[in-house]
Amino acid sequence: MANVPLIMFLVFIGITLGITYWASKRSAGASAYFAASRQIKGWQNGIAVAGDYMSAASFLGIAGIIAFQGYDGFMFSVGWLVAYLTVLLVIAEPLRNAGKYTMADVLAYRLKPRPVRAMASLSTLTVSTFYMIAQMVGAGALVKLLLGGHVSYNQAVTGVGILMIVYVVFGGMLATTWVQIIKAILLMGGTLLLSILVMAHFHFSFADFFAAIGHVTYHDAKGTEVVKDFLQPGLRYKPPYGPLDLISLGLALIFGTAGLPHILVRFYTVPDAKTARHSVVWAMVLIGSFYIMTTFLGFGAATIVGPDFIKTHGGTNMSAPILANALAGPIFFAFISAIAFATILAVVAGLTISATTSFSHDFWTNVIHSGEERKPGEEVLVARISAFAVGAVAIAIAILLGPTANVAFLVALAFAVAASANLPVIVMSIFWRRFNTAGAVTGLAVGLLASIGLILVSPSLMAIDPPTVTGTARHLIQAKAWFPLENPGILSIPLGFLGAFLGTLLSHEPTSQHKFNELLVRSNTGLGAERAGSN
Amino acid sequence: MVETVKKVATTPEDRYEATQSTWDKIAESREFKDLMATKKIFIVPAFIFFVLYYFALPVLVGYAPQFMSTRFLGVNLAYLFALSQFFVAWLIAGLYVKAANNFDRLAKDIVDKAEIVKGGK
Repeated sequence: MANVPLIMFLVFIGITLGITYWASKRSAGASAYFAASRQIKGWQNGIAVAGDYMSAASFLGIAGIIAFQGYDGFMFSVGWLVAYLTVLLVIAEPLRNAGKYTMADVLAYRLKPRPVRAMASLSTLTVSTFYMIAQMVGAGALVKLLLGGHVSYNQAVTGVGILMIVYVVFGGMLATTWVQIIKAILLMGGTLLLSILVMAHFHFSFADFFAAIGHVTYHDAKGTEVVKDFLQPGLRYKPPYGPLDLISLGLALIFGTAGLPHILVRFYTVPDAKTARHSVVWAMVLIGSFYIMTTFLGFGAATIVGPDFIKTHGGTNMSAPILANALAGPIFFAFISAIAFATILAVVAGLTISATTSFSHDFWTNVIHSGEERKPGEEVLVARISAFAVGAVAIAIAILLGPTANVAFLVALAFAVAASANLPVIVMSIFWRRFNTAGAVTGLAVGLLASIGLILVSPSLMAIDPPTVTGTARHLIQAKAWFPLENPGILSIPLGFLGAFLGTLLSHEPTSQHKFNELLVRSNTGLGAERAGSN
Repeated sequence: MVETVKKVATTPEDRYEATQSTWDKIAESREFKDLMATKKIFIVPAFIFFVLYYFALPVLVGYAPQFMSTRFLGVNLAYLFALSQFFVAWLIAGLYVKAANNFDRLAKDIVDKAEIVKGGK
């Protein structure tokens, strides 16, 4: 029976490799490779955007947080949907209208392309790499757990790494998009099925379901039996800093989602800004439905299985698969596990393609070679080579850190950098005539450094561990944290904006102001926007 | 004088190019100013509203937990308010799509005009 998850994993891998083979024959040329020839349909892109966003951290992580900490976990999931309003109202359409493959395209319009692209590329690579390492470590630990000893952590990490390299190198954006679409459909299907089974357990009575949530029984750290109302706020975000940390996280989500490179690149895969808009709406419908259903997954796990059982059978992150097992047996467990695995694979592939696009298009072609390809196809070739490099580095770091490494902060860091470095400069570039190169470079640098600096001195990395905690699971700095919040957004976002603002005011660059009208017209009307085509 | 930004792999027929004075003229035109005003009237209030509505959740739950625990309709205010966030977000998205049809119409006029002027040269 233990082989069922493995078989389902292999089926998914087989299907996705088939897609990669199909896509590889359609990935000739830069527009095809980086932007799927801009021919992805609105609903398809919407599913892919949703897929990129609903990582294993959402599927397994949030279900787990709700299962253990109730209402606070659900409140945590709200921000992930609301954040898409920033993408919809402010970013998606101007970006699609004025850019080509990356967010730096929009910045380079009226600013000096080399310094701006170099910084933007650095920031993109930082966000993607951190996010990816978090996913890879999670993947390794998860696959090891799900396959019950058939595969070691190192084998799992290497396997995930190799697969993501294959998708990206051979299939480009087209393959990555379709892998993401299939995974998102599986994820939505699995979550819906699990939700229905939870409600069936309560005979489809919401009254019974919520009554059960009011009395969750478990044993606390001291072994005392406690009965808690899981709908009650405050189990996770406790005073004095809990509420502030949640607000800080909310800021990082609302400003960071619209600055995540792997989400932004997706808006270049559709024919025009109107389609980009529709794809955000599609994504919002899926993401919202998904996060509402985390109510059933998380509270279902808390009431039907209980925190005690989950704790001794794999821990918080296994809440959803364990719930599946309890409700419908090992085959359904295998199915949910395979979905979790598919989720990780698809998300790391999406991160890889955004990192490699930024490296080859922004850094290689535009910074090192001043905007000209020395020979046709060089940009795509460099992207393919860098996908190998990114994959190899991610595998190596994940293996080095090991399965118990404390990496949850890396996702918070990715969002903080996106919100504090990327978003301020994108917004100012589109909306502020006076904005200039010095402002963009200082904004990106300050946002990046502030996020990393504050995380370094936050409770995620600074704490005093008991001697029983060993190796990479230990906090990096064994001292009391200097900054009390796990999410630096509340401080780093204003610093990023301030950096961009002061950098601009302290320098003078008439060109950037002259060219503002061109960017303003292009980004708001779509005049001269990149068109769909087979290139 | 103006540092030219080289655009990689952009074929001339693929991309609309114009002189600085043409861009200025379009940006200063009444049609374009109308478009920007129409966008602002919707986007600025919508953005401010959703940000306030969203942050009301962590603020109320974090600093008035007793009040938010008030039982209501078999659940509590905290849960209902969190749930309402999803529907409010969807509602704003829906209203934006509706408003954006208007933006598209205004933008299309500007684009058509610019391309005709260009074609006539």
